[in-house]
Amino acid sequence: MTAQPPVNSLRSLPDETGHFGQFGGRYVAETLMPLILDLEKEYRRAQGDPAFQAEFDDLLKNFVGRPSPLYPAPRITEHFRALAPEGKGPKIYFKREDLNHTGAHKINNCVGQILLAMRMGKTRIIAETGAGQHGVATATVAARFGLPCVIFMGAKDVERQKPNVFRMKLLGAEVHPVTSGAETLKDAMNEALRDWVANVHDTFYIIGTAAGPHPYPELVRDFQSVIGNETKAQMMEAEGRLPDMVLACVGGGSNAIGMFHPFLDDPEVAMVGIEAAGHGIETGEHAASLAGGKPGILHGNKTYLLQDEDGQITEAHSISAGLDYPGLGPEHSWLHESGRVRYVPITDDQALEAFQLCCALEGIIPALESAHALAALPQLTAEMDEDKILVVNVSGRGDKDIFTVAEALGFEL
Amino acid sequence: MTRFETAFAKGPALVCFITGGDGDTASNLDALVAGGADVIELGMPFTDPMADGMAIQEANLRSFAAGTKTADIFALATGFRARHPNVPLVLMGYANPMTIRGSEWFADECAKAGVDGVICVDIPPEEDAELGPALRAKGVSLIRLATPTTDTARLPAVLEGSSGFLYYVSVAGITGQQQAAQSSIDEAVARLKAASTIPVAVGFGVRTPEQAAAIAKVADGVVVGSALVDLVKQHGRDAPGPLQALTSALAQAVHSAR
Repeated sequence: MTAQPPVNSLRSLPDETGHFGQFGGRYVAETLMPLILDLEKEYRRAQGDPAFQAEFDDLLKNFVGRPSPLYPAPRITEHFRALAPEGKGPKIYFKREDLNHTGAHKINNCVGQILLAMRMGKTRIIAETGAGQHGVATATVAARFGLPCVIFMGAKDVERQKPNVFRMKLLGAEVHPVTSGAETLKDAMNEALRDWVANVHDTFYIIGTAAGPHPYPELVRDFQSVIGNETKAQMMEAEGRLPDMVLACVGGGSNAIGMFHPFLDDPEVAMVGIEAAGHGIETGEHAASLAGGKPGILHGNKTYLLQDEDGQITEAHSISAGLDYPGLGPEHSWLHESGRVRYVPITDDQALEAFQLCCALEGIIPALESAHALAALPQLTAEMDEDKILVVNVSGRGDKDIFTVAEALGFEL
Repeated sequence: MTRFETAFAKGPALVCFITGGDGDTASNLDALVAGGADVIELGMPFTDPMADGMAIQEANLRSFAAGTKTADIFALATGFRARHPNVPLVLMGYANPMTIRGSEWFADECAKAGVDGVICVDIPPEEDAELGPALRAKGVSLIRLATPTTDTARLPAVLEGSSGFLYYVSVAGITGQQQAAQSSIDEAVARLKAASTIPVAVGFGVRTPEQAAAIAKVADGVVVGSALVDLVKQHGRDAPGPLQALTSALAQAVHSAR
C-alpha cells in the first residue's frame, strides 16, 4: 500500500543482512548458502517486475478466490457484548481466510513461491507440513504448474491428519513420513532441509511459514501481506476507518505477520498475536515460544525457541498440529521485544471452547489454529469499548480438525 | 607450531569423528588415537542435526538417552587433552548449543579444555559475528566448511577468518551418504588448495581405506565419521577394539598414499 515506508517505519526490516534487530539471519550449512543468496537476488528481481506481480495477483484472484471477505460477525459480537461490562464489547469482524482455495491462508504464500521457483528454473518442489494445510497448498500449486512435489510430514502428524495426507496424494504429491524426533513439524523441517541440501541443483523448498533463513521470512510475509492489505481496504470501505485491533494466531506466524505488517505504521491499530499454550505454560507442555522460550538459533534463523539450558530444542505441544512447533518467525520475536505487538498464550481447552462457540454462533467451523485467536476474545472484548472495532484473522477452516476435536470432546465418529 | 600444523606437516592426515556421549567416548577416543588418527573431531550432540544422516542422528539420540550435557562434552575434551597432549581436538556441532550461553562463554570453555578448533555446521561466513570473533580472541580455530556449491567468488569469504584446516564437504548432501566421484574431489581439492594457505581435508561419505587412500593422494586430510559411529552403534561398550582396527586400516591407507 505504502510505496515508501516513512522514516522510523516498523516496516523497513529486515536489514540488508536479513536481520530484524538481533533476530532472523541466515544460519544455514554452507551448501545452502549460495542458493539462499540466489533466491534473494531472484526475489529482488521479481519485486521489480510488474509481470511477476500481475501473475501473482491474477492467480490470487482466479485460482485462490481472493479477495477473501471481511465479515462482520453479528452473533459473536452480541455474545461478547452481553458478557462484557457496561459499554464494553467491540464490533467484531472476521477476515475469512478459511474461504480461500484449499481452506487456509497457506495458499497465498505457495502461489508466490512457486512463481519464484519457476523463474529460477527449478524443476522439483519440496515442503514440510504439520497439520497438512501447507502440504496441501504446496501440492496444489505444484499440480497447477506441473512440477513433482515431495512433502515431508512427521509420522505422528501423518497419523492424526489422514484426510490431508490423502488430499496431498490426490494432488500428485509424494508424502514422506518422518520418523525422527517427536515425528512432528520440527522433524519434518529437519528432513526437508536434509533433502534440500542433497538436491540444491534442481529443488525449490517452499517454506510454509515466515521463518527459516533470510529471505524466507521476508518473502513469506510479503506474499501473506495480501491479508492485511485487503483488510485495510475493506475496513475503509465498510467503516471509513481502520480497526482498533487486529488479532491472529501465531505458530510460525505467517497468517499473523500477513495481517499485522500492513498495519505496523498505524499506531492507532493495536495488535495481538496468540501463542498455543497447550496444557498450560506452567506444565511445560505448550508451544508458546515467547511466553516460555528464549532466543536461539534453529532452522536457519535466530528467534525465540523452546529449549533447555544447553540449547537443546524441547518438544512443543498443542492440540493444533499447525501450532505445534518450538519456535516462531523472527519478525514476531522482534515485534515482541519492541512491544509493538502483544502476544498472549491460549490453552488447548480455551481453543476447544472457542472452536465450538464459533460453530454454534456464526455457522463457521474454524481451524483449531484460528480457534486459538478466537479464544482470546473473552479477555480482549471485556477491555474494549463497544464503539471499537476488532478484526480476527480466521486463518483456516476446521474441517481437517473434526477428528481431533471429536476425540477431545469424547465423541466417537 | 600449533597442534594442527604439526599434525598436517607429516603428510596426509586422518581425521576421525565420533559423537560425544555415545558409548564409552573416552575409551573410544583413545582407540582412535591408538589406531593412528592424526586429528580428532568430537561431535556435540544436538536435538536437530539438519546436516546429518541417520548414523549420526541416531548417535545423537543414544548420547541424549545416556544423559549427555554440554558440560560432559567439555569434560571429555579436558580428559582427552590430559591423556593426549599433542593430538588436535575439534568440537563439531550446531550453532545453538555453542551460542546459548554466549559465544565468549563457549570460546572460554574451549580454551580451558584444550580444544584446538570448532566446526559449526550452521554458521556460514555471513553470520561469523555469532561465534568467530570470540573463538579467534581465545586462539581457538574456526574451521569452515567448503562444499561443491562454494564457487570461486565465494571462497575468499569462506577462508577469511578460518584457520586450522578447511573442511571440504565432498558431496552436496548430508553425512553418511554416498561418496562423491573421485574426479570431482580431485578437481575441487586442486581449486581449494590453490586459494588456501591452510590444509584442505575432505569428508562426507568416506568409509573405506581404499576411498581414503584415493583422497589422500590429493588432499591434506581425510575425514571419516559415520563409518566409525556405525561401529559404536554395533559394538556399544565393546567398540574400542573394532574402532582401533578400522582406524588403523584407514591410517595406513592415508599415510602411505603418497
